[in-house]
Amino acid sequence: MSGGAETAESFAFTADHLKTAKAVVARYPEGRQQSAVMPLLDLAQRQLGWTSPAVIEYVADFLGLPAIRVWEVASFYTMYYRERVGQYRLHVCTTTPCWLRGSDEVVRVCKEKTGLEFGETDEKGLFTLLEVECLGACVNAPILQVNDDYYEDLDAARTASLLDALAEGRPPAAGTLRERLNSAPEGGKTTLLEADARC
Amino acid sequence: MLSDRDRIFTNLYGEHDWTLKGARARGDWDGTADLIAKGREWLVEEVKASGLRGRGGAGFPTGLKWSFMPKQSDGRPAYLVVNADEGEPGTCKDRDMMRWDPHKLVEGCLVACAAMGAGAAYIYVRGEFYNEARHLQHAIDEAYEAGLIGRNACGSGIDCDIFVHRGAGAYICGEETALIESLEGKKGQPRLKPPFPAMAGLYGCPTTVNNVETIAVVPTILRRGASWFSGFGRSNNTGTKVFCISGHVDRPCNVEEAMSIPMRELIEKHAGGVRGGWDNLKAVIPGGSSTPILPKSICDEVLMDFDALRDVQSGLGTAAVIVMDRSTDVVRAIARLARFYAHESCGQCTPCREGTGWMMRVMERMASGRARVEEIDMLLDVSKEIEGHTICAHGDGSAWPIQGLIRHFRHEMEDRILTHRTRAAAA
Repeated sequence: MSGGAETAESFAFTADHLKTAKAVVARYPEGRQQSAVMPLLDLAQRQLGWTSPAVIEYVADFLGLPAIRVWEVASFYTMYYRERVGQYRLHVCTTTPCWLRGSDEVVRVCKEKTGLEFGETDEKGLFTLLEVECLGACVNAPILQVNDDYYEDLDAARTASLLDALAEGRPPAAGTLRERLNSAPEGGKTTLLEADARC
Repeated sequence: MLSDRDRIFTNLYGEHDWTLKGARARGDWDGTADLIAKGREWLVEEVKASGLRGRGGAGFPTGLKWSFMPKQSDGRPAYLVVNADEGEPGTCKDRDMMRWDPHKLVEGCLVACAAMGAGAAYIYVRGEFYNEARHLQHAIDEAYEAGLIGRNACGSGIDCDIFVHRGAGAYICGEETALIESLEGKKGQPRLKPPFPAMAGLYGCPTTVNNVETIAVVPTILRRGASWFSGFGRSNNTGTKVFCISGHVDRPCNVEEAMSIPMRELIEKHAGGVRGGWDNLKAVIPGGSSTPILPKSICDEVLMDFDALRDVQSGLGTAAVIVMDRSTDVVRAIARLARFYAHESCGQCTPCREGTGWMMRVMERMASGRARVEEIDMLLDVSKEIEGHTICAHGDGSAWPIQGLIRHFRHEMEDRILTHRTRAAAA
């Protein structure tokens, strides 16, 4: 999240990220380096914490593109944070499959415990609360994505303890927070029961 | 019920080693070079004969799609692009395939590239699937290391590179030409067709875009034979399929079953049944958010396949079954989907950009009852003005859930409005 040669006004990849960036560009054919815009914005955001104007200009420069080509990508996709965000980004899914399983409760607890509304970051820079559309883990709904990790099968109480754990700087293991094997039915599988040599 | 021996995704729940060693023990990468040696024509014909239809929603016959790729290169390279931008609400199957069975997808990419004369595959994974993309990348690295892909892949004599490209949170990039735009480093806005991707896709080169599941099942189909796969499900609706069962069931889950399984059997056998019992069922969205909602009376009998669901004016889509019990406010459930489509419109075509926002606002009023009964017909009319009048299917996808709601739950919308009016008058 830090350690690079950046301020609000300037940005440059760290030596490690520079190496990664070059490898990323090499994934695409000669002359098609524009394809690397998204992975490089992601890499820069991982370094700085958000996608600042300096990041956008730097990536444009790095790829030899007009800055507007990078600006329009940075503003089109929702995963580029265009403002400073907290240490933990709480992405609450409220789309219908999560809503049916109680995402309203997850939202309520998140708002109560952090004192934030959607789109806000607290003063300490600990939490940013964001409402997101379907996260694609609907059989483990409701979902709260914290940074890169999904926390699944939530309810009010589990959400509260998750937020407490984060506030104390000890994020629990990602995945389901119930006694459950990933996306298998809770309480026991109905398939893949045969002791199969192929497994 | 499908027997475990006939299940393709034997590590769907991540109980076993997902790396190369475990994948090999489950039968992946077995005789891949022999399959490739049978040649392009055989590969395409075998996939055609299996009856495999695209698993990403549209259900286009996969072998036929592959056959559209140029047989002779005009000097341009050809590409396979895998659509792993899974984001259709209700759908979460590709996620399991990438995190627990990534080698099926990697091997499938190689075989599909061989079948289409493509030298490289790009797998476009939705940005939020960070951990899933890491598993996939690990599998790709292992495959390179073992000589399974790259130069002279598997010793087959063909070269095949595979790359992961992560998205950044735009549902529209699941549309194949928006995905290609995004892969080229641009905003994800769908392209006008023709030209279709098979003629001019990624970087203007011949390209086929296939869903993760479509590609991941191919090596098993080829090893076990087209007739094995086509032995499941009804004619024109063949194979096995991973279903995602979410919402008001006792035990939501992903499960691989035979195509054409009755919806009720699917829900009761694998997901613990509807919360409160089958009679407590109100409605089901059978194939992801774009497919029109069905009332219980249809759910009682309907089969889970392309044709059966089309015949009841819905669709199999991604086979994401969203169950709603009688406590559900279906108007609000669909209003939330209207908000989803408005949020995810790329803004390129006026009917979709303006229409999805308009429908969202009207649906919000419908959900609270602050509407007029005549507006239901107006809403239906507007949805039909959007449907079929946009570059891509996002407009259609936004219209269908609302059309389904009006078709089957108009009475509920009317009651809501009248109740609100009565209450307002009393106050």
